Amino acid sequence: MRIAGKGPGDPARKVRFTFDGRVVEGIEGDTVASALLANGVRLMGRSFKYHRPRGVVTAGSDEPNALVTVGRGAAQVPNVRATVQEISEGLEVRSQNRWPSLAWDAMEVNDVAWPFLSAGFYYKTFMGRPGLWEKLFEPLIRRAAGLGALSGEAARDDSSRAFAFCDLLVIGAGPAGLMAALTAGRAGADVMLLDEQVRPGGRLLDEDCAVGGLPGADWVAQAVAELDALPNVRRMARTTVTGAYDGGTYGALQRGAPGARVPETFWRIVARRALLSAGALERSIAFRDNDRPGIMVAGAVRSFLHRYGVVPGRSVALFCNNDDAHRTARDLAAAGVRIAAVIDTRLGIATDADWPVLAGAEVIGTSGRLGLEEVTVRQGDRIRHVRTDVLAVSGGWNPAVHLTCHMNARPVWDESIAAFVPPKGAVPGLSVAGAAAGVFSTRDALTGGAEGAAAALGEIGIDAALPEIPEAEDAPYVIAPHWLVPGKGRAWLDLQNDVTVKDVRLAAQENLRSVEHMKRYTTQGMATDQGKGSNVNALAVLADATGRGIPETGTTTFRPPYTPVSIAAMGAGAQGAGFAPQRFTTSDAQSRRMGAPMVEAGLWYRPSYFPKAGEATWREACDREATMVRTTVGVCDVSTLGKIDLQGPDAGAFLDFVYTNTFSTLKEGRVRYGLMLREDGHVMDDGTTARLGPRHFVMTTTTAAAGAVMKHLDFVQQVLRPELDVRFCSVTEQWAQFAVAGPRSRQLVNRLLETPVDNDSFPYMACGAVTVAGVAGRLFRISFSGEHAYEVAVPARYGESLFRLLVAEAEALEGGAYGMEALNVLRLEKGHITHAEIHGRTTAFDIGMDRMIAPAKDCIGKTMAARPGLLGEAREQMVGLRPVRRDGRFTAGAFLFAEDAPADSDHQQGYLTSVGHSPALGHALALGFLRNGRARMGERLRMVDHLRGVETLCVVSDPVAFDPEGGRLRG
Amino acid sequence: MARLQETTPAAGLGAVEIGGWRLAEAAPVPMALVMPLKGQGAAVSEAMEQALGTGFPQPGRTARNGETWAIWAGREQALVLGAVPALDGAAVTDQSDAWAMFDLSGPNVDRVLARICPVDLRPRVFPEGATARTLLGHMSASITRIAPETLRILVFRSMARTAHHELARAMEQAAF
Repeated sequence: MRIAGKGPGDPARKVRFTFDGRVVEGIEGDTVASALLANGVRLMGRSFKYHRPRGVVTAGSDEPNALVTVGRGAAQVPNVRATVQEISEGLEVRSQNRWPSLAWDAMEVNDVAWPFLSAGFYYKTFMGRPGLWEKLFEPLIRRAAGLGALSGEAARDDSSRAFAFCDLLVIGAGPAGLMAALTAGRAGADVMLLDEQVRPGGRLLDEDCAVGGLPGADWVAQAVAELDALPNVRRMARTTVTGAYDGGTYGALQRGAPGARVPETFWRIVARRALLSAGALERSIAFRDNDRPGIMVAGAVRSFLHRYGVVPGRSVALFCNNDDAHRTARDLAAAGVRIAAVIDTRLGIATDADWPVLAGAEVIGTSGRLGLEEVTVRQGDRIRHVRTDVLAVSGGWNPAVHLTCHMNARPVWDESIAAFVPPKGAVPGLSVAGAAAGVFSTRDALTGGAEGAAAALGEIGIDAALPEIPEAEDAPYVIAPHWLVPGKGRAWLDLQNDVTVKDVRLAAQENLRSVEHMKRYTTQGMATDQGKGSNVNALAVLADATGRGIPETGTTTFRPPYTPVSIAAMGAGAQGAGFAPQRFTTSDAQSRRMGAPMVEAGLWYRPSYFPKAGEATWREACDREATMVRTTVGVCDVSTLGKIDLQGPDAGAFLDFVYTNTFSTLKEGRVRYGLMLREDGHVMDDGTTARLGPRHFVMTTTTAAAGAVMKHLDFVQQVLRPELDVRFCSVTEQWAQFAVAGPRSRQLVNRLLETPVDNDSFPYMACGAVTVAGVAGRLFRISFSGEHAYEVAVPARYGESLFRLLVAEAEALEGGAYGMEALNVLRLEKGHITHAEIHGRTTAFDIGMDRMIAPAKDCIGKTMAARPGLLGEAREQMVGLRPVRRDGRFTAGAFLFAEDAPADSDHQQGYLTSVGHSPALGHALALGFLRNGRARMGERLRMVDHLRGVETLCVVSDPVAFDPEGGRLRG
Repeated sequence: MARLQETTPAAGLGAVEIGGWRLAEAAPVPMALVMPLKGQGAAVSEAMEQALGTGFPQPGRTARNGETWAIWAGREQALVLGAVPALDGAAVTDQSDAWAMFDLSGPNVDRVLARICPVDLRPRVFPEGATARTLLGHMSASITRIAPETLRILVFRSMARTAHHELARAMEQAAF
C-alpha cells in the first residue's frame, strides 16, 4: 500500500518488472521489496529447510528471507536480497527454493515432518552409511534444501575492480557519517564517503525527525550538496564496505545503478584513517511461529514508510521491549494506518496513545498460512487474539560492530543497551561514531561524527575545526532485554537457516556449548546474512541454556565480507584473455596472414606451422618444413627467447658463477653454450651466451624460463655476489631475432648483409655486429636444428619487415618459414633438450652434461649436484628411443618397462618426455629418461601409455639420432 | 638491396577517447637504460648532466631537460627518453625498441589508472615528474606524470595490444 506524499521519488515515474512472471508496477527508486509490498505482496520466498512461506523482514542488506533470483542465462544472479535490488524496466525477478510455485510448494511436506528434522538430523541419520551419503542422500537433501541456483552459463565479465586512496574513509552516510564528512571535507582532507543505500542519509531518511530545524531529508540534501561541491570529497552510493584489512586497507563493493554497464565494482581502498558510522541493526524476539510473511522488525516498517512511502498492510501491531519501537506506531498512525495493538514486554509503560497498549504482554503465537492474519497475546493470565496484517517487532538494536572485529577482535558487551559494542583500537586507524558505537540519539550521532572525524584527522596532522552541531532528537534509549517468549512450538532465531530456539538448546544439551560449536552444529549465522539479525539472540539462548552470561558466552568470529561479494566482482577483468597478458612477436601479423595456427608458449604466441595448399594435416606441413631446413633453408622467429645484456668488468666472473661452464675465457666475437643450475643442483635453464666486447655479453635463455632466469640473476647479484661489478638488463623486447637454418643459410644472409660472411670470417659459434639491409644488427652463427645456421637480430621496429624479407629470400632459394612443430622435430633429431627434459627434477648428470660442470671453479648448484642420490646408476638418465617396427608410435608421458615385465608402477623404468616423427629418418623418435639408461644402449623395452592405450616396442639409443658427428654445422 | 621498414609498437592500435580522456601511442624516441657501475653513481650523474642536461633521478622521481627525460626505472637504473648517451662508468643499453609508450591524458586521469594499477596516483601524492615501476593489470609497467593531466605509460613492446585493450577498458569503466 502506498502512502500519498511519501516515497522514493516522483510517483509518476512508473517502472514495470516481473515477479515469477507476473507484471508488477513500482516507482523509480523502489527496491523489489518495497515495490512488492506496495502491491500487497508479502510472500517472497520459501525457507531453506522447511520450505516455510516467508516474507521480507528488514529493509536493508541484512535481509535473511526475501532472497530472489534476478535475470536469466549468463546474467542470472541468485540469492539477491529483494531489499537491496533496485527495480528497473523489464527486470525479471523469480522466487527461490520452491516447486512448482511459491504459493504451492511440494516440499512444504518437510514442515509437517519438523519434529524429526532438528539440528544434526541429517548427519545422525544418513552419514554412517558409506557410499549412500555421497550418492543418494546428499544429492537428495541438496535438492530439497537450498537457495537460488546459477544458470551454468559463463557470466559476462562486465564488472570492474579499482583502487582508491584517501585521508579519511567514512563508512555510512547517516547523521554521524555526513557530519564526519562535512568536518573533514571543510578541513581540506581527501575524504571518501561510502554508503550502501541509493540515497544517503541513513536513519534521517528512515525516520520522521528534524535536524537543525529542518526535516531530516532536507538537512541531508543540504549536507550532500555541500559535500558534492567539495573537490576533495568523493561520495559513493550503493557501496558497502565489506572488509577491514591490514595497513588501513578496506574492501568495498559498489553496485551499479539499474542498467549500468558496470554491474559491480570491487574497490580496494587504502585510508590513512577510517570512521565507521554504519549505524545499528534491529533484532527480533523469538516467539512461536514468528516467521510468517508480515512479521518484520519495527525499524524496517518505518523505513518502508518514510523512505519508500509503503506500508506492508492495512493494520499493524507492534511487539517490543524498548521505547524506540513506539515511534513505529506513532509514525504509522500519522500516515493513517490502523494500529491494532502495541504489545510491550515491559510493565508500567505510560502512553497517551489512541490505540491499545498492552504493557507486560507477550506474543505467544500467530496464524495465517501464506501471510500473517492474527497474533495471540498473553497479558498476565489473559489471552487475546489480535487481527492484523503486520506485526512489527523490536528486540532492541545491535550496533554494526562487524568491521571493527575483522582483525580477530571480539566485541564488548554493554549491559546498559543490552548489546555488543565495538572493541577499542581493534583495527588500527579505525574509530567508530553514532549508533555503530552504541550511541543511539541523533544529536549524539551528529556530535560523534564531527568529533570522530576531527580526532582522526588530528592524528595525521590535519587540523579540522569542529562545526556547530545542529539541534536534533536527543532521547535516551530505554530497553529491558527480552530474548524469547517461552512456550511450545517453534520459535525462530535464524530465519535464513531455519534455526529455532529448540535447535540451539539441543546443541547445548549435546555438549556443543561453545558458541562456535553451536554455530557449526545448527548452522545458525551462516549463509548470506551471516546471522546479522539472529546472532545475539541465539547466543542469549545459548547463554541461558548453559547457565552462563552473554559476555562469557561471547560471539562467533566476524570475518569479511560484511555482505556477499560475487566472485565475478573480485575477479573482474581476469576472465578469458584478461587472465594474463598476451605477448606478440613482430612477425605475428605476417605469420597469421600466412595462415599459421598460433600456439601459446608462456605468454607468447608462436606459429605452429605454415600450411601450404594441398596439405591436409599439420604433419604434412611439419614434415615438409623439417625437410626444407635439412635440404635448403628455413626462417623462424626466435625473438621470444630471453635475451639479457650483461656489462661490467666482472661480467665474465659473474657468468662463471651462474653457469656450470666457463665464460670468462670466451673470446670476443664468439658464442658458447651454457648450462645453469639451481641452488639445489638441478638444471635451471640452458642457452647460448655471446661475448660482444671485453666487458659485454649477451645471454639467451629459453622462452619459458626468461623471467625466472632474470629473477635468479638479480638474486645472485644482490645476495650471493654483491662484490661483483656487473650490471644487466633484459633486451628481449629490444631485438627481433630470426633463425636462418639450412644448407643455403649463408647464401640467404649474404643477400642481406652489407659485408658478406664466409666460413673463415664467420665460423661456427661466431658472432658480431653487422649491417642488415641497411640497419645495424647482430649476427650469431648458432644452431638449434643441427644445420649450418645463423640468427639475425635487428631492433624490433624492423622485425616485421625483416621477417617478410627473409621469408621472401628463403622462398627464392626453395626454402621458407618454419614453425614450432618443425623446430621441435629438428631439435629432437639432434637430441637437444628443452624444458620437457629439464623439467625441474633432472640434474646435469641425468641429461649427460655433468662434465660441463667445470672442476676448476665454483658455480651455483655445483656442491648440491654432487650429493649422493643425484648421481649414478639409480638415476633415470636421458636416452633416445627408436621404434622396433618402422611404424611404431610414441606418445609423450608414456612409461617404459622391460619387455617381459608387467606394466605397473612397481616395474616402471622410465618415461618419455618428447616425441615426434623424423622425416629425415622415416620413423618416430623420442627422448626420455631411463633408469641407468646410458648403460643400456641397444636394449629393447616396452613403451606403455595407459591413458591413450598405446603400446610400442622400442630400442634404447643415443639421444643424437641425426648427424652425430655434427658435420653439417660447420663449413 | 631491400630497405627495412619501421613499425611502431602500437601500430594499428588507434587513439581512444572516452569520458574526456584520451589514450594514444606517444611518438617513438631514442631510449636507453643507464645503470652506473659500482661506485660510479655520482660520476655518471655528472656525466649525464654534461651530455643531456639532466642528472640521474632519485627513486620515484624524474629529471628533465626540455624533451629529454631521465626516469627512475628501478634500483640504480634510469631510463633516458630522448637520447642514447655514451657514458663512462655506466652500462648503457639501447632500449629504443623495447617499450610501447602510451600517453593517457584528461582530468582526474589517475581515476582511469585506479582500475588497473594499485599505486596511489593522486596529484598531491604523484605530481608532475613523479614516476613508479608498478603493475598495469598483470603487466610490468613504468608510469610517469609528464604533465599535470598526462600520464606516460610504458609496457613491454610485445604487450602493446593487451595494454591498449586494458587501458581502453579502464577508461570505459572509470567513465561509467
